[in-house]
Amino acid sequence: MDATAIAPNPSRSLHRFANPGRFLRLSGRFLAPLAWTGAILTVIGLGWGLFFSPADWQQGDAVRIMYVHVPTAWLASAGYMGLAVCAVFSLVWRHPLADLAAAEIGPVGAGVTALCLATGSLWGKPTWGAWWVWDARLTSMLVLFFLYLGQIALVRAFDDPERGHRAGAILALVGVIDLPIIKFSVDWWNTLHQASTITLTSAPSMYVGMLWPLLISALGFSLGFAAIVTARLRAAVMERRLRGLLMARAQAGA
Amino acid sequence: MARFLALLAREWRLSVRHGGDTLAALLFFVLAASLFPLAIGPSPETLGRIAPGIIWVCALLAAILPLDRLFGADFEDGSLDQLLLSGLPPPAIAAAKACAHFLVTGLPLLLAAGPLAVMLRMPPAGIPILLVGLVPGTMTLSLLGSAGAAIVLGARRGAVLLPLLVLPLAAPVLIFGTAAASAAADGLAARPALLLLTALLLIALPLCPLAAGAALRSAAE
Repeated sequence: MDATAIAPNPSRSLHRFANPGRFLRLSGRFLAPLAWTGAILTVIGLGWGLFFSPADWQQGDAVRIMYVHVPTAWLASAGYMGLAVCAVFSLVWRHPLADLAAAEIGPVGAGVTALCLATGSLWGKPTWGAWWVWDARLTSMLVLFFLYLGQIALVRAFDDPERGHRAGAILALVGVIDLPIIKFSVDWWNTLHQASTITLTSAPSMYVGMLWPLLISALGFSLGFAAIVTARLRAAVMERRLRGLLMARAQAGA
Repeated sequence: MARFLALLAREWRLSVRHGGDTLAALLFFVLAASLFPLAIGPSPETLGRIAPGIIWVCALLAAILPLDRLFGADFEDGSLDQLLLSGLPPPAIAAAKACAHFLVTGLPLLLAAGPLAVMLRMPPAGIPILLVGLVPGTMTLSLLGSAGAAIVLGARRGAVLLPLLVLPLAAPVLIFGTAAASAAADGLAARPALLLLTALLLIALPLCPLAAGAALRSAAE
């Protein structure tokens, strides 16, 4: 077959962003607005949730942990999903930016998962009377945390970074099986952790005065997550470029 | 298929001739399990209740022990490159290795698990179900382990990294395996947990060799 016939059009395919210069220019333009919007929305959502939303009739003020716990829990799963999407891109299309993105999403996702587990434990003590319960959702979230840690350690364990990215991508795809288990654990098993109150298909079974701050802070956390990953990604691209320059100089000097 | 069987026979011969390495996992299994009565105390009620958990956890750890040599030796001396050139697709190589790991590590563990369960004073009603559950369980562990071993091939500190990757993935096997054995020991139905264990095996059977094959290919590049 003619090689030009199957070559993707570079201006329209995703490989457009494989050009590090173009990625740095574009991301540099939207990074600051992204970070600021995220920070402002987080402040609004958390301020509303912590000070102005009503307390729960059963749990009292303890329910306010929700405004941190639920966004981090969503992001923990969404971050791993992002990792898996990057893995597909890096294995199928060998997209160089997807490799770096997977390596940079890992630590941020692990941090968010740790935050989710920590806030959940703080919430569990006053409401369930225990810091930790071995119920299906908590356990699968802990497994997700370990999957993140494994991916982080694996990507950085190879002398050849290319090999690390490939191995990390395969691991991320194997680990993605845990995601549906987390999502449906509260529906499949009758556990202590409550079932979802917010679904896409029906009206949320939650007071609107609590729903709005939750959604706003979730959006703020998500934008913040995206901003941190983008900033790390920019740093990684520049780091790689710097290493290339140093290598070139060392070789020229030798 | 002939090549697959030839590879399997080669693995079998290698493990028989390195008898010490093969027995190490089994010894570890028995030793680790016999530490529990020393640590917890010999009371039959406590031991009998946690016996399925002890046996499953020790089997899981013992199955992971020989994994870093599963592909490691072939990777270092270049036989892996020869295997990949042999015309056998990489997933089939991984499947043969997983099969060999089950025959060499999983089966001896199964044989040792029965006497161990009796020594740990497990209720007799639960022992057959424990052994039945260990069959698909150790097979799944071999498959998961071969995928993990292929992924860490060539990594620094790969042997340390391997349990970190495989243990979280093996958690569902452990949960359903012990659930089946405990249910049978308490006189409850063990069938649902056994069916779920088998379902896990059927998921791992095509997916793990695929992942391991992809990892082998990228390791040999």
